Amino acid sequence: MPNKFPLWKNLMVLLVVTFGFIYASANLFPPDPAIQLSGQSGAMQIDAAVLQKVERSLDEAGIEYFAGETDDESLLIRLRDIDLQLRAKEVIQAEMGGDYIVALNLAPTTPQWLSDLGGKPMKLGLDLSGGVHFLLEVDLDSALATRIESDLEDVKKVLREERIRYRSLTIKDGLIVGQFRDEEQVEKAKALIRTTYRDLQPLSEPGQSPLLLKLKLSDIASGEIEDNAIKQNLTSLRNRVNELGVSEPLVSRQGKNRIVVELPGVQDTAEAKRIIGKTANLEFRLAAVDRVGEVFPFRSPTGQGPDARLENKAVITGENVTDARASFDENGRPQVNITLDAKGGWQMGYATRDNIGRRLGVLFIEYKTKLVKSFDESGELVLTPVPFVEKNIISLATVQAQLGKSFRITGLEQRESSELALLLRAGALAAPMYIVEERTIGPSLGADNIELGVKSVTIGMILVLLFMLVIYRAFGVFANIALAMNLVLLIAFMSLMGATLTLPGIAGIVLTVGMAVDANVLIFSRIREELAAGSSIQGAISAGYDRAFVSILDANVTTLIVALILFLIGSGPVQGFAVTLSIGILTSMFTAILLTRSLVNLTVGGRKIEKLWI
Amino acid sequence: MSELKVYNFMGIRKMAVVFSAIMLLVSIASLSINGLVLGLDFSGGTQVEVGYEKPADVAALRQQLESAGFEGPVVVHYGSETDVLIRLQGKPDQGLAEKVFAVLQSSGEQVDLRRVDFVGPQIGDELREDGGMGMLAALMVVMLYVAVRFQFKFSVGAVLALAHDVIITLGVFSLARLEFDLTVLAAVLAVVGYSLNDTIVVSDRIRENFRKIRKATPVEVINESLSQTLWRTINTSVTTMLVLLALFFIGGELIHNFAIALMIGVAIGTYSSIYVAATVMLAMNVDREDLLEPVEGELVDDLP
Repeated sequence: MPNKFPLWKNLMVLLVVTFGFIYASANLFPPDPAIQLSGQSGAMQIDAAVLQKVERSLDEAGIEYFAGETDDESLLIRLRDIDLQLRAKEVIQAEMGGDYIVALNLAPTTPQWLSDLGGKPMKLGLDLSGGVHFLLEVDLDSALATRIESDLEDVKKVLREERIRYRSLTIKDGLIVGQFRDEEQVEKAKALIRTTYRDLQPLSEPGQSPLLLKLKLSDIASGEIEDNAIKQNLTSLRNRVNELGVSEPLVSRQGKNRIVVELPGVQDTAEAKRIIGKTANLEFRLAAVDRVGEVFPFRSPTGQGPDARLENKAVITGENVTDARASFDENGRPQVNITLDAKGGWQMGYATRDNIGRRLGVLFIEYKTKLVKSFDESGELVLTPVPFVEKNIISLATVQAQLGKSFRITGLEQRESSELALLLRAGALAAPMYIVEERTIGPSLGADNIELGVKSVTIGMILVLLFMLVIYRAFGVFANIALAMNLVLLIAFMSLMGATLTLPGIAGIVLTVGMAVDANVLIFSRIREELAAGSSIQGAISAGYDRAFVSILDANVTTLIVALILFLIGSGPVQGFAVTLSIGILTSMFTAILLTRSLVNLTVGGRKIEKLWI
Repeated sequence: MSELKVYNFMGIRKMAVVFSAIMLLVSIASLSINGLVLGLDFSGGTQVEVGYEKPADVAALRQQLESAGFEGPVVVHYGSETDVLIRLQGKPDQGLAEKVFAVLQSSGEQVDLRRVDFVGPQIGDELREDGGMGMLAALMVVMLYVAVRFQFKFSVGAVLALAHDVIITLGVFSLARLEFDLTVLAAVLAVVGYSLNDTIVVSDRIRENFRKIRKATPVEVINESLSQTLWRTINTSVTTMLVLLALFFIGGELIHNFAIALMIGVAIGTYSSIYVAATVMLAMNVDREDLLEPVEGELVDDLP
């Protein structure tokens, strides 16, 4: 019986192979090093005039570039040499000043037809591209502690208002513990708290004195606080990271209380750390009545206003702001609702009681650095970073009544209100964070890693190809075509899935190359056995493939299980290894079984032959 | 093509048991006495890799760092004469790396900061725990899969073979004082995958032959199965070794230990798929009866 695939099977193999070549080819177009420039606010026009200015500064510094494009919102300049990228960024930043964000970028060179099909090159992990990786842990306990402190003040207040008398009310082990004179008061207090404070739960332990009242934060409330703390920290981190001017930063939550920050291409880690750890601060200050005080520019994210003079003393600072949300008042006009902690509420009430009709300003304080141009003795242009503090008024509103723990700012445009709420929230972190893991990979090491990786894949591949040719002769050619195709498919899938290539990932590819031939070795050994046992040539081919299939499947499923576990327990680079290993197993099943069979069928399958070169 | 030669693998299985037992004992002893040299990923701490233009004098660098107030810094060449790896002892502190670099720069020599790793102590603890759990989970799941796909005695054989390979690979790392980091953990898990692959292929053939060959002792069946799969086992090991050699010699310092772990694992895994799994099965009196399922007739019909 001849070995022949039906037409549809051959077509399918051809289709997959074509698909592989198309999507893998996206990696043949390495991106150009580029510099991206955009405005601090969306309203800024980045037009041809800006482009000209940037190009002129590059010309002066003698940095070669070959294309600049602008779409009115941002500007991209492609450079000839990646080594000059950092220098170009500094030059442009010094020329354009702090109102612009200048970022290192990689401009894709993928041809139009390919990117229309969704083709894109593989993303490189930090160990290949260079950059910084931070793992930050958010101190959730301190977020909870802040909350329970503010609740304590509230509880004291309502107890006083309801004339429920207590001996003492303190915080112990994260619980509010109250001592009362008699049981009646305890019961009253319990009932009151149940109705007014959903977040607090009375706790009764066996053997607890009846004169004691213990309150704990409900699980729902503490879950919410923790969640919000992480979210708020994520938001402020993203805002800060954007300032660093990194082309593709990653800021994401990991696990319960951790945040990963990855900044590809960043080399100045001290700067990165400072910005990540920096606290932009807020101060609420009353407008000055006399000449005492300081004049600050009014610059909200949406526009500029007249400068104003504010008092030297802050009423409250950003630390007292627990929440700020944009919403609408009863007439549908935008407003920002601000909630303060107990202390802040008290201070605000005290300060505004006698100052109704005066204006209250919100001062946004940022710690920034700018590059200062100078020339050293040899006349070389030197750029030195100089830290400076920038203070802007972002809101100035008239006090209408005595303010308390929660109040609102009205008279805003809708966009203004959401921007203001964001800034008020971003001012301070909800909970302190600290770095628990930091990895910095210099750009030279990244480039070395890529080179070494490519070299070892190539050499490993050549060795295996030669070995297979020697051992299996004609069938070795089939196996080798399958092996090469496996590599192409592996790269195609990884590019398409947007998987990140890491150094262990490259090791995974190398290992896959070594192990992928296993399926073919199994099949060919079976065919040899069948021939030795006296089967006809066509019968041996058919039986070889069929019998080997079960073994291949079992062996690969178990390896996939191991790869899955590796993915689940691993972090970054190790996951990269697990991903390449898994994809490699799947693609190798296709190439080793279907592709080689198709080749074998097409070449020797239909004909009568005397001897099989295996 | 000649008739297949059947080797009497199981004839020397007593020697194999002794060999494996010695290897295991030495490994376990070394692991419990010396332990593993934990890499930064697991131990926590700070390390800095720097590159010089000229070959660097590590003793001088160590002295320079010590006089700058760093306690007991470990300074070694990393991969080449010009690359230096500095490991700092004591409490991990995340500002340390910058201070070290500043000290190195102060000597006026051209120095390139290649890599900084800071791992907090809690991360190291977690990774150790996760790594151990992952290994156990992998073994359990695999045991279950093999028990379902094959038979209980096969799964005991497979899992013992895996444990054997993992313990000996770790033992070699412990004896040779090679550093055990995350990439090595990944390699050890890959060894699990590889060794399993081998064991499954052999088991598959043993199962098939038990059903096919009626008049033969279990030892004969296993010998025949091992002989039939021998070339495949060797060829696959050779191709895998070839690429691992490429990784070892070319892949760079960062995956040096990864390649070593896999090379040890592949060598041990090849041996264990021949001797360990089958010996365990024989010890458990594996028999034709264990594998007779309703599908028996159909498989026999396939014979030419």
